[in-house]
Formats: sequence, C-alpha cells, structure tokens
Amino acid sequence: MTVIIYSVVTLGVLALIYGLGLAFASKKFYVETDPKIEEIQEALPGANCGACGYAGCASYAEAIVKNNEEINKCAPGGADTTAVISKIMGVEASTSERKVALIHCQSGGKNNTFFRYEYQGVATCQAAVLVANGPNLCDWGCLYQNDCLRACPFDAISLDENGMRIIDTEKCTGCGACVKACPRNLIELVPVSRRVHVMCSSHDKGAISRKVCGNSTACIACTLCVKKCPVNAIEMNNNVAVIDYTKCINCGQCADVCPTGAIVDPLKEVRARKKAEAKAKAEAAKKAMEAKKAAEAKQ
Amino acid sequence: MELVGRIFALAVAAIFVQNFVLSRFLGLCPYIGVSKKLDSAIGMGMAVVFVMTMASTITWMIQYFLLKPLHIEFLQTIAFILTIASLVQLVEMVIQKTAPALYKSLGVFLPLITTNCAVLGVSILNINEQLTFFGAILNGLFGGLGFTLVLILMAGIRERLEKADIPQAMRGMPIAMIVAGSMAMAFLGFSGMSL
Repeated sequence: MTVIIYSVVTLGVLALIYGLGLAFASKKFYVETDPKIEEIQEALPGANCGACGYAGCASYAEAIVKNNEEINKCAPGGADTTAVISKIMGVEASTSERKVALIHCQSGGKNNTFFRYEYQGVATCQAAVLVANGPNLCDWGCLYQNDCLRACPFDAISLDENGMRIIDTEKCTGCGACVKACPRNLIELVPVSRRVHVMCSSHDKGAISRKVCGNSTACIACTLCVKKCPVNAIEMNNNVAVIDYTKCINCGQCADVCPTGAIVDPLKEVRARKKAEAKAKAEAAKKAMEAKKAAEAKQ
Repeated sequence: MELVGRIFALAVAAIFVQNFVLSRFLGLCPYIGVSKKLDSAIGMGMAVVFVMTMASTITWMIQYFLLKPLHIEFLQTIAFILTIASLVQLVEMVIQKTAPALYKSLGVFLPLITTNCAVLGVSILNINEQLTFFGAILNGLFGGLGFTLVLILMAGIRERLEKADIPQAMRGMPIAMIVAGSMAMAFLGFSGMSL
C-alpha cells in the first residue's frame, strides 16, 4: 500500500514541480514577439519559393513587420495575399498586376530548329549550352532539355503532344524560377492580361534567323510591326521586336502584319468572332428598320 | 594520474567502444533524419551533447535521492521521461532568452531531442552500470560527443554521396542504410579494445 502511495505522490509532486517550474520559466524567460509576424506568416502561401527576395515566407513576414518591407512582393500569393497583409499591417499596397512566365521562342519538339550536331550529353540545358554553344543552329533559341520544366515549383510548365513547352497561366505564380533556370534567357515575366507576344529572341540578322529556325517563325527584324502599332509599343532591339507591355493594348495588328508569324495573337479568333457578331447584329438591325419602313409605306 | 586514466577510459568507452548510435543502436532516428547536411548535423550534435549531460546529472540525482530511498525504482522510466521532457523545454526557453544566436542554430533540434531515446538511454545506463555522480555526468558528456562524431561523419559521407554516381534505385535512403551498416561494422572493430 505504501508503495502505491509513494509512487502516486512522488510522480505527482515531480510533475507539479516541473509544471510550476516551466510555467514560471515561461513568464521569466518570455521573449516578446510581434503577433503580426505569425499572422502574416499564416497569410503567406508557405511555398518558400524566394520570389520576394527572402529565404522563405517566415523571414519575409519578419521583414514586413520589423523593416517595413513592401507587402506586395509575394508573387505566388498575388493580390489576395497582399490584401490580407495590408489588413493586418494597416497599410495600403500598390497592387501590381499578376505576372506570368513567357518563353520567347516557338521552337521545340517537332518544330525544332535545325541542328549542327546531335547532342547526347547530360540532359540539361545548362550542360547542352556548354558544348559548342548548344546543338541547335539558332544561337538564341530553346535547347529542348526542359530545365525550365524541372525548375518550376508549381508544375505550371508541361509538354504538349508536339513536345513544346506550354505554360499554364493559371498555375504560374510568376516566381521566376524558370527565368533563372533558362541559360538562353528566353523566359520573361509578363503581365497576365497582355496576350500578344513576340515569340522569338534571335538577335541574328533576318536572313540568318529565317534560315536556322526550323519552325521558320523567327523575327527577321522587318519593322512592319513597329510601323503598324497604333500606340508605338513595339521597338526593334538589336534585330528583334520587343513589345512594351505598359503601352500594349492587345489590338493584335502587329500579329496581322508579321510576315513570319513570330508575333502570336491568341485573341485573334475571339476578336474575329466579336467582329462577326457585331456585323451580324448591325445587319439584323438594318433589316428590321427596312421592314419597318416597308410596313409604314404600305399603310 | 589514476583519475585521468579512468576518465580517459570512460571517454574511449563512451565515444568509440560503446558508441550510442553504432553499437548500442540508440538515437537512430536523428542519425538518419538529420544527417543530410553537415551544418544541421553539427547543430543537432551540439544540442544532444548539452541535453545528455544535463539529463545524466538530473536523472542520477532523481534516482539516488528520490526513487531509491522510497524503494520505487520501478518508476525509473516514467520519472526519467518526465524529467527529460521538462528539462528540454526549460533549456529551450532559457536559451531563447539568453542566447538568441545559439537558439537560432539549435532551435529546431531541441524539441526533437525530447523524444530521443539516446538521452533516456544514457540516463538508464548510468544507473544500470552503477556509475558515480561524476561518472554519470562524464558518461553523458562523452556519450553525446560520440553521437556527434558519428552524426558528423555520416553527414560528411552523405553530402559526398549526393554527387556520386549511384544507380537510380539506390539513391537517397537505401544507400544511407548501407553506409550506416558499414559504419556500424567499422565501429565494431573498437569492441576488441580492452580498457
């Protein structure tokens, strides 16, 4: 009997002492941390991608609270996260438009450029580019070893049936991991609402880039688009057309005049359909008017 | 001189001959889990040295000043676990307050050690081998150092294995297991030493 009592009392007293000790210590050694840091950390997506320039979401949260860091730097979280953080911090943020990655080259898979040799080395772009400046004849184009695809932490880049890399703009968070991974610097972060793009990065002269591009969709620097653009958003930069996305209005006129198809306009069909609808509507209205007039004349 | 010799014998026994990881097979979880990078292995090792020494000290006192006089030695395990868990919590709080830099490097590993069986192991072995008070403290210290040594060796090997040309199926955990086995066999060689 005494053993039972001793056991219970000993353990009970031990636990009590430890509990009180810890409670006392937690008061005595309390470290003040700003509760905002934890709240912001909850709001951040937790991908630890480093797009904000910090080691991870935790250190970015700390920087916001302690160093008054800008609150709109989280690319994966986007505007939603920025809104939540601005509520916590009580500051307004200049909400920037979401950016997504874009590969400025249309070669790849079945539509490759022509090759100067067959590459059989380590299957990464970084390695391929080191061997005589890459296997493909175009010195500026895609190397087809899919470094960008592997670098993407959000599975936003995939291959279509032709072996072309396609970027899912829904999944893309604009973290820029693929931009860093591409040894040819083909990938750029563009505002998600801008849809008309120059899909070539070749700085070769027109004649050469037309010859080496197996897809024959190279920019040949003919400057037709520059002349056509109604808002002067296009500029020739060292033999390749570059669109200023702050000026571009998605009108697609540059894509219409481009002789090689280096400028793509996915909105073309949408625009044509809208135009046709508008025309049909106008015609229907005209017919109705005529019918009305005819009816009035009869009376 | 006699004393130095005995301490030396204790150190060699705890670090090499009776190494906690490779011959007693205690604390295998951090041995595999935290040995991917040298930095974190050193952090974990230091934390274990600290906690094992502290735990040896306190649990020895609990055993001889509390459990033994009351003849309730069968409560050893539960009392020790209670002590170690509270001790680690307390140490964590104190370090966080007094040495933030140390806390940042040890921080993540301290709570992990609470449930590390090597710490409970050293406490119980101290009692089983009927060590004196200072013997127990030294055994904890050297046991921790032995753990650190093995953890750092393992981390060094695994960092090199990352770049080695290993068959696809053997990469990662399988090769780590094989390395752990080879290291245990190497340490088995120390068991021939008589001290």
